[in-house]
Amino acid sequence: MSAAPIIRIRDLKVAFGSSVVLEHLNLDIPQGEVVGVIGPSGCGKSVLLRAITGLKPPESGSIEVFGEQLETLSREERTAIERRWGIMFQDGALFSNLTVRENVMVPMKEHTQLSRPLMHDLADMKIRLSGLAASAGDKYPSDLSGGMRKRAALARALALDPELLFLDEPTAGLDPITAAAFDTLVRSLQRALGLTVFLVTHDVDTLHATCDRIVVLGEKKVLAVGTIPELREVDHAWIQEYFSGPRGRAAAPVTEEEA
Amino acid sequence: MMSPSAPGFALEKSGEETVLRLRGDWTVATLHNVEREFADLRLPSGAGIDVSGLGRIDTAGAFLIDRAMREGGETPPRLIGEHASAASLIAQVHAVSDPAEPPKATPHGLIEMLERVGRGTEAFVRELIATLAFLGETVFTIVRLGAQPWKMRWTSIVAVMEEAGLNAMPIVAFLSFFVGMVVAYIGATTLSDFDLEIYTVELIGYSMLREFGVVLTGIVLAGRTNSSFTAQIGTMKMRQEIDAMQTLGLKPMEVLVAPRVLAMVVMTPILAFVATLAGIAGGIVVGWTSLDINPGLFIERLRTSVPLDQFWIGMSKAPVFGLVVALIACRQGLLTGGSVQSLGHRTTTSVVQAIFAIIVLDAMFAIFYMELGI
Repeated sequence: MSAAPIIRIRDLKVAFGSSVVLEHLNLDIPQGEVVGVIGPSGCGKSVLLRAITGLKPPESGSIEVFGEQLETLSREERTAIERRWGIMFQDGALFSNLTVRENVMVPMKEHTQLSRPLMHDLADMKIRLSGLAASAGDKYPSDLSGGMRKRAALARALALDPELLFLDEPTAGLDPITAAAFDTLVRSLQRALGLTVFLVTHDVDTLHATCDRIVVLGEKKVLAVGTIPELREVDHAWIQEYFSGPRGRAAAPVTEEEA
Repeated sequence: MMSPSAPGFALEKSGEETVLRLRGDWTVATLHNVEREFADLRLPSGAGIDVSGLGRIDTAGAFLIDRAMREGGETPPRLIGEHASAASLIAQVHAVSDPAEPPKATPHGLIEMLERVGRGTEAFVRELIATLAFLGETVFTIVRLGAQPWKMRWTSIVAVMEEAGLNAMPIVAFLSFFVGMVVAYIGATTLSDFDLEIYTVELIGYSMLREFGVVLTGIVLAGRTNSSFTAQIGTMKMRQEIDAMQTLGLKPMEVLVAPRVLAMVVMTPILAFVATLAGIAGGIVVGWTSLDINPGLFIERLRTSVPLDQFWIGMSKAPVFGLVVALIACRQGLLTGGSVQSLGHRTTTSVVQAIFAIIVLDAMFAIFYMELGI
């Protein structure tokens, strides 16, 4: 890697009260890659995402994003960092009293000085970019199906053209075809926009289809990092079970034609 | 992080050819600097757009450039010059940008106002009919449950009686007590001009027994119980719990509506009774402290000069108010849609409708009893 890592975590410790979720965790996410984070349920994948984005302050350790240490920044500097990333939460977390278009416009209104008509047009463009029809812009989140809500959430995450995209379980709860289309969408957006993607998932198919590199969390730290073939060689019970179990074997790489 | 440089553009003409030169960063954070001027720009047919001087570009910048290219006459402008990502980004954005459709014109003025009035009236009538239909459905459910008492949700009836009835007692009693005091003071100041202070007893007796006790109870319940019932049922509806209930063979009318309605029909008269007593107590306190009517005399006079009918008139309204409050609350709760906003809207509607219904019904009762001559 020529460039410095976009996320750099050293000796991270996150705990809720006395229960320690992550400890002595080191991780580098290189720029321009799609990195999948897997691990058993409750191993702290989502907690790690929350720690990086500052939603759950860590007990100790350092987290650098874009080469800046988040805790040491002033409010303004922090806001500047925050607008360079986009987050898609597990069930969308769209504002239910706003239409999809207004949802996408929220970050633009907050962080840019563009005119309303242009924001409106840009929001429509992001909605289409996320694979929704422009007519979905006028709908409320409650009128959308699960897959559409995820796309709408992706459109909102992309609103400010982030360099870094966090996706929390993007394909959970979707049917395999919709999930595969979503994987292709993430991959093509990542290529077109040069994104770095931090992807928390359970879905083996998603890993095959989108990820350049996979981080395995477990036992409160990073167990292994590598591509799928590399990870298959790792001698660890859970990782072996994950990739060589019935679901892991069944998952074949998704071809581009399914877009 | 490099600080972004302001975007800019310049139109250059050399002979036949026109070239638009772009410079600086064209990103969502910087675009506001050029947005307006760039929108006014009309590229001549076949112009070139030179992107070689461009700094960073994102989809927002690509969108603007793409839009200018779309509007650029018969031969669309083409991109010239080298840039790492501009061409591919613009192509990506171009693929998902339809020509902007013009916003629909909405009619304004008198006709629209008349239309709104018409719609509002229609909605009011429909709402009234629908509420009556809901009343019918509820009564039917309760009668059917009456025939099969083992299907009745006794636990939830008692829980609602405690939550919405017993727990409301202090606030109802306090309010009524103070209103009783206020009425007594008003009576005392007006009647003292004629040396008829003693008639304050009749004033308190009639007003509290007949009207204030029960109406105050109704209004407190409309604010307190309506909002809570609507929010409870509305949240269940929002979270699809009601759908789950139906698929499990539980009827929301039996499980949610009937217990609430029954509990309120039973508890409202009790609350109204307490309110009436508290109101009279407020009158007694004022009579004793400011008018030198001692409590014994007050109660004696109340017994002899205020007929018992007045008490029964007041009490007869209480179950009706309880029924109306619970019905409106449950109906609005069940009408809640999927969004937080709809829940808020339904809760407001529920409280407003309940207060409205109580005042209107009270007026109708007044006319009814006046015609009966009581």
